[in-house]
Amino acid sequence: MLIAVLSCFILACFAPWVHRLGGRQSGWLLSLLPAALFVYFASLLPEVSQGGQLQFAYPWFPGLQIQLSFLIDGLSLLFALLITGIGFFILVYGGRYLEGHQSLGRFYIFLLGFMGSMLGLVLSDNLISLFVFWELTTITSFMLIGFNHEQEDARKKAHQGLMVTVLGGLALMTGLILLGLAAGSFELSTILASGTLTEHSLYLPMLLLILLGTFTKSAQTPFHFWLPNAMAAPTPVSAYLHSATMVKAGVYLMARLHPSLGGSEAWLLILTLFGAVTMVTGIFLASRATGIKRVLAYSTVMALGTLTMLLGLGTEKAALAAVTFLLAHALYKGALFMIAGILDHSAGVKDFRDVGGLRSSMPATTAVAILASLSLAGIIPLFGFVGKELLLEAVLSASIWQIGLTVATLVANIMVVLVAAIMALTPWFGKTVETPKKPHDPNVALLIGPALLAVLGLLFGLVPALAADGILTAAASAVYGQPVTLGLSLWHGINLPLMLTISSLILGLIMFRFWAGWRHMTRFMQTAEKFGPEVIYERLMLGMTSFASWQTKTLQNGYLRNYLITTLGTVIIIVGWALLRVQHLELHISFDDIKIHEFAIVALLILSAIIAVVVRSFLAAVAMLGALGFGVALLYVFFSAVDVGITQVLVETITVLLLVLVLYRLPEFRSLSSTANRIRDAIIAGATGLLMTVLVLAITGARQLEGISEYFLQNSGPLGHGRNVVNVILVDFRALDTLGELFVLALVAIGVYAMIHLRTGALPVTNSDRRAAFNFRRAQKEKSKAEQQTKETGESS
Amino acid sequence: MKPRRFNMRSLILNTGSSLLLPLLVLFSLFLLFRGHDEPGGGFIGGLVAAAAVALKLFAEDYKAARDMLRVHPLQLVGIGLVLAALAALPALFFGQSFFTAQWWSVDLPIFGHLKLSTPLLFDIGVFLGVIGAVLTVVFTLAEAEHS
Repeated sequence: MLIAVLSCFILACFAPWVHRLGGRQSGWLLSLLPAALFVYFASLLPEVSQGGQLQFAYPWFPGLQIQLSFLIDGLSLLFALLITGIGFFILVYGGRYLEGHQSLGRFYIFLLGFMGSMLGLVLSDNLISLFVFWELTTITSFMLIGFNHEQEDARKKAHQGLMVTVLGGLALMTGLILLGLAAGSFELSTILASGTLTEHSLYLPMLLLILLGTFTKSAQTPFHFWLPNAMAAPTPVSAYLHSATMVKAGVYLMARLHPSLGGSEAWLLILTLFGAVTMVTGIFLASRATGIKRVLAYSTVMALGTLTMLLGLGTEKAALAAVTFLLAHALYKGALFMIAGILDHSAGVKDFRDVGGLRSSMPATTAVAILASLSLAGIIPLFGFVGKELLLEAVLSASIWQIGLTVATLVANIMVVLVAAIMALTPWFGKTVETPKKPHDPNVALLIGPALLAVLGLLFGLVPALAADGILTAAASAVYGQPVTLGLSLWHGINLPLMLTISSLILGLIMFRFWAGWRHMTRFMQTAEKFGPEVIYERLMLGMTSFASWQTKTLQNGYLRNYLITTLGTVIIIVGWALLRVQHLELHISFDDIKIHEFAIVALLILSAIIAVVVRSFLAAVAMLGALGFGVALLYVFFSAVDVGITQVLVETITVLLLVLVLYRLPEFRSLSSTANRIRDAIIAGATGLLMTVLVLAITGARQLEGISEYFLQNSGPLGHGRNVVNVILVDFRALDTLGELFVLALVAIGVYAMIHLRTGALPVTNSDRRAAFNFRRAQKEKSKAEQQTKETGESS
Repeated sequence: MKPRRFNMRSLILNTGSSLLLPLLVLFSLFLLFRGHDEPGGGFIGGLVAAAAVALKLFAEDYKAARDMLRVHPLQLVGIGLVLAALAALPALFFGQSFFTAQWWSVDLPIFGHLKLSTPLLFDIGVFLGVIGAVLTVVFTLAEAEHS
């Protein structure tokens, strides 16, 4: 199982080489992995469809009780099959769609990485690893949305998706931690088995935080705006992320946690309300859009809203409807997105208004598009019909807002029919419109995915028991928390849902007839969008950057003395306040065992400090600071910390060297600060000194625990193989600390380098620039040397 | 105000530095390798080596010091960081936790008994990192003076 998840990441590392070797066929080559994974997951079907659960656990951070554990039941297996199955088609499709693109290798890396993260997310049993995979999908999808990173628009949209989902991710993390604390375990299988948590005192905060995470990820209103914008990604990415997988991650998590968190008043109200609003908003916006991918994206928002609403209702029927609708949607939406890509790839059209009459030049594509659209519209005998009937039945038997939800669903269904009709008819029938490219049926690699997905939609529609017994009943049971006994069937008899479907079909087709008029009628939306959530998002981002620049200007104002005042002032206030609160402050002051030479050194230190303050020349001040440093080094040596002493001496030396380099740049020594400033500085300096003195005295007097130095002294020989305890601590016992310090040192070096070079405007921009500059200088040097030699030889001859 | 040019080129310093330099570099290596048992170590050794190159800078000029180092000091920082980070890994292959020290004893005909270890590798990383960081700062400042 671990191998199944990690194999995607491993293959991702080698994808560019596979791409180079495979050339044109690299998509097929790489798609062998998802195909193999699909077969593997399918082989688990018999056991899982009987209601079985499989668990795998591997230690990850044993000390923190975080393990990589995987849980396979109906729900996670359904998602795993979708991810690998559609992933297979997307790799094949993407390899051909982006053929010749200069960064196709990069595309494979991120797509495979995304696939692995998504698999990990749906299979995780541990909340922490689930969250890690959740964030990995956010990051990889950011890379995929911004794939065409030369375009500013793609960058902006990728950033938007990232910000919205990361915001939700933060909330989700807090929510998951609360969940783990409340349930007493971070293993989902344990949490789900331990019954409902709705009575827990942390229930409401954890529910709200988790829902914030899932709503942002699954693009629920008011966060729906990022999803259509993410269409800046290449079409294979849109087909994969925004139809079948990533946006459903939020739905997955809500379905997964339903047995534990569902069933409460809050759950019912929030999910049903937001789901219904998202459903209607999404499909309304879809009916107004004209860009092919945009229409599909908004109708995906509608599907996500529907799923959320069904999960909110949480009845047995609703659970079954949710998983059925989810599977149906993944099949037809994946197919339709890929067809949108084909339209772009083979005919060069991106908008429904610029296309028509392609059926004669692209017959195969037309057939596939119609088949998939019929499923979207929910027409018998396709699988979409089964899903839609169940949806209506679930809504009609809802426990709250029955009429409102039914009307909302009906309205949504009417406009879904409109969208399906647009997709099934507009590009293919009617007047032939001149397209930018000569239209033709695409290569088999592009057509196989949508064709097979659409055919599956037909197959599952004709034989719904195939899907139900295979996986859907098990998945619905996992959502519902108890075994689901309802089955799927195509024909439910002549009843209210069927009547509603037929009426929505007729009304939808009438709307299609007047589509242009409908768009004209609803043009008020253009004004409304100026106050929409996207504008609020942009305002917030602008506000954040201007706040950041304000606080940078205030705090990081470039004056060293202000930094010192801020830093030291904070220390004095916080530490001093803590010291004042200590009840029995005992200061151990005794001058008994101080030797005479130690007194001398201390006197020297005090004297040099005073002189350094009052002296009126840079050089003298530097020299006095040096004297202070050497005095401290001397103290170290006397207290047998030879290494620290040596280091201090060397640091003082280097400091003096650096100061000499800088000194000549400084202006003349003048006194610029006013008396008031001096008094303020003196007070801060004095307070800092006093605080540190008191602190050190208080700490040495109040030691309660055994010092750690004894351990180091005893073990540096046997464990560290060294007699120099300081060095053993640095490179062995505390090596990680040292590594961190080394990184800080490197950062400082780079910082100084960048600051000085930026100022003189000579900063080499990239690594290769620097290398070029270096080579250039060397070449010049060699040239001048050669010239000198020829001159010398010329002179000597 | 016009910056005063500084010129410390003196015959004594120049001659002295060319004698001292190899010794200082050797001494820094000596400090590095004996550090585990006697006072010394990568940090101290690195500071001595950096001071040696800085001495060259003061005795001659920026170009001479730069040529003596051959590589850009920032590259040294990078190599140092990589070496230090690499020292963390071998333990993982033996199923031990991150950064557990590994020791290998080697008996060589001329050098005698030799203790090789990941802490040594780590210390070499620190050594290079310190040289690189200090010299990056020194060179950058000197270059600004130079131009």
